[in-house]
Amino acid sequence: MSAEKPRTLFDKIWAHHVVDTLPDGTALLYIDRHLVHEVTSPQAFEGLRVAGRPVHRPDATMAVIDHNIATDETRRTGILDPESRLQVETLEHNVVEFGVPFIPLLDARQGIVHVIGPEQGLSLPGMTIVCGDSHTSTHGAMGALAFGIGTSEVEHVLATQTLLQKPAKNMRVTVDGQLPLGCTAKDIVLAIIGKIGTAGGTGHVIEFAGEAIRALDMAGRMTVCNMSIEAGARAGMVAPDQTTFDYVKGRPFAPKGEAFDRAVAWWSTLPSDPGAHFDKEVFLRAEDIVPMVTWGTSPEDVAPITASVPDPAAAVDETRRAQLQRMVEYMGLTPGQKLTDLKVDVVFIGSCTNSRIEDMRAAAAIAKGRHVAEGVRAMVVPGSGLVKLQAEQEGLDRVFLDAGFEWREAGCSMCLGMNPDKLTPGQRSASTSNRNFEGRQGPGGRTHLLSPAMAAAAALAGHLADVRDWQPVGSA
Amino acid sequence: MKPFTTLTGVAAPLPAANIDTDKIIPARFLKTIARTGLGQHLFANMRFNEDGSEKPDFVLNQPAYRNSEILIAYENFGCGSSREHAPWALLDFGIRCVIAPDFADIFHNNSFKNGILPIRLPREICEKLMDDARLGGNARLTVDLERSVVVRPNGEEIPFEIDPFRRHCLLNGLDDIGQTLQHKPAIDSFEARQRAAQPWLYA
Ligand code: SF4
Repeated sequence: MSAEKPRTLFDKIWAHHVVDTLPDGTALLYIDRHLVHEVTSPQAFEGLRVAGRPVHRPDATMAVIDHNIATDETRRTGILDPESRLQVETLEHNVVEFGVPFIPLLDARQGIVHVIGPEQGLSLPGMTIVCGDSHTSTHGAMGALAFGIGTSEVEHVLATQTLLQKPAKNMRVTVDGQLPLGCTAKDIVLAIIGKIGTAGGTGHVIEFAGEAIRALDMAGRMTVCNMSIEAGARAGMVAPDQTTFDYVKGRPFAPKGEAFDRAVAWWSTLPSDPGAHFDKEVFLRAEDIVPMVTWGTSPEDVAPITASVPDPAAAVDETRRAQLQRMVEYMGLTPGQKLTDLKVDVVFIGSCTNSRIEDMRAAAAIAKGRHVAEGVRAMVVPGSGLVKLQAEQEGLDRVFLDAGFEWREAGCSMCLGMNPDKLTPGQRSASTSNRNFEGRQGPGGRTHLLSPAMAAAAALAGHLADVRDWQPVGSA
Repeated sequence: MKPFTTLTGVAAPLPAANIDTDKIIPARFLKTIARTGLGQHLFANMRFNEDGSEKPDFVLNQPAYRNSEILIAYENFGCGSSREHAPWALLDFGIRCVIAPDFADIFHNNSFKNGILPIRLPREICEKLMDDARLGGNARLTVDLERSVVVRPNGEEIPFEIDPFRRHCLLNGLDDIGQTLQHKPAIDSFEARQRAAQPWLYA
């Protein structure tokens, strides 16, 4: 028998989950974990009800509320917006009717769906994971195949635990070397998107590899995979290793005891084989990365913090010139202006990209012993109730509050203008979230994406700032 | 999804081209958590005055047509935004078949997904059927999907074409989920294998 063809991490997980193949090559793919939230699920549950279908595997499903809720004390007294309230109440009703496990709003474990999946051990290596939300790619950091789906697919998974899927192509992004001071996972992924563009990963699943990725903790890997969707990819993933196994061990839904050892043995077979074929390869040197910030209204319009606003007139291509012009106007910029001269009104530290305990620590380290600049509203929104508790145990809430930051309840918050946390027209924000589209954080809002440490530095400086000039007080 | 075999019912005449999805269900009714219940807003701008009272001239407000199950219209029915709310609204009102010279693609697709049969027939034939429909409850049309014919009140049979796979799905009431559930034995044996190999995936 000839040796088996070397396979990628994606190929292996895919092959493990094909239930059937249709004549045209479409696969019926088994889904191990389905995460459900209030915005994209109501019509899916209703479809089941109308057709008289049950949820096929409630034990593989978990529901949580995150998008629509306030992140201040009003969440305890009821949601003011009637449409948001109805979506939340509908989910609360549906989980009872269909017997789906649910983390209620006022539970300590409540949080952003992409934070609680890994945190609870619901997202494990080797799994197929879906959720009606594009940033499901986050869970790929576990060494899983995780992607977002639409409402009709949510219904399909609830009813059948499968999806009809065409295979994706393999892409590998290798980041070798060591990250310089002041750079984080967020700077890596922004640099990648800046290099390959928002369509660079289209049709592909990206595996992130290389020394600098291996050196990241799980939170950092999640940040990178989270934004694979902004690079156009269907999903992003990092091969499971000891860092992954150590993270998973002891989580509430993770396998225990002998089952854990068995699981690790299997998970250890998943990394891409040497010589496996990738349809596309991209290489970056970590040493070349500097703290990054987006200046435009697409995540690919990103630059080192030391750079200046580009001049649209310098673009050779006419369509691009018009696009740049529009961005510069919308963002209220002057070509040639230094990015560090851009004053910010709001700083938002949170979202499924950067709201884990490691992100809180990184921001607190910069904020400690300093104060938010006058006129800046700075908010810190932990990704889950458990992150919040952990941070409070470490005294990070005091650090933030003493420095003049708001310390809020878990949720999507100002990542998207869907709940009370919004920008007002013309406001400029430094945000650790993942999308800087026009109006994303509120109509007319201007968003600059950056890392938690960079966001903290911007809050202290009152303008976009180079975190390397704001190293922790007392450090050399 | 309800199987579609043979339907005999009143056909409502809507002698207009380019009836878009915003006419079928205006955007203000989209912020919903349900796909049922939209029937009350079907054609809302054509059917109701601003104060909510009925416009007596609109065909679905006339006694003979209140329980219509078939619509006859002209070219490009269902154009405009891709909202799946359009077929949801038609179905919720009780419309199971729309006959027109042609349809917008997405609407055409979405109709099949929701158990509505869109039939393409040449304009001259649609005009004849429009005349039949004007006779209201006195002239019911029969749509026989099994034989792929529309039967006029005078007994004349008009054959129509339909993709065999879609016909099969409608006849058997198979939506996407229904089709996947035909693979149930494969799903079951997958689960049995996986449960043995990776028991931690099962609570
Ligand atoms: S934090 Fe933002 S990107 Fe993440 S799930 Fe919530 S709304 Fe989506």
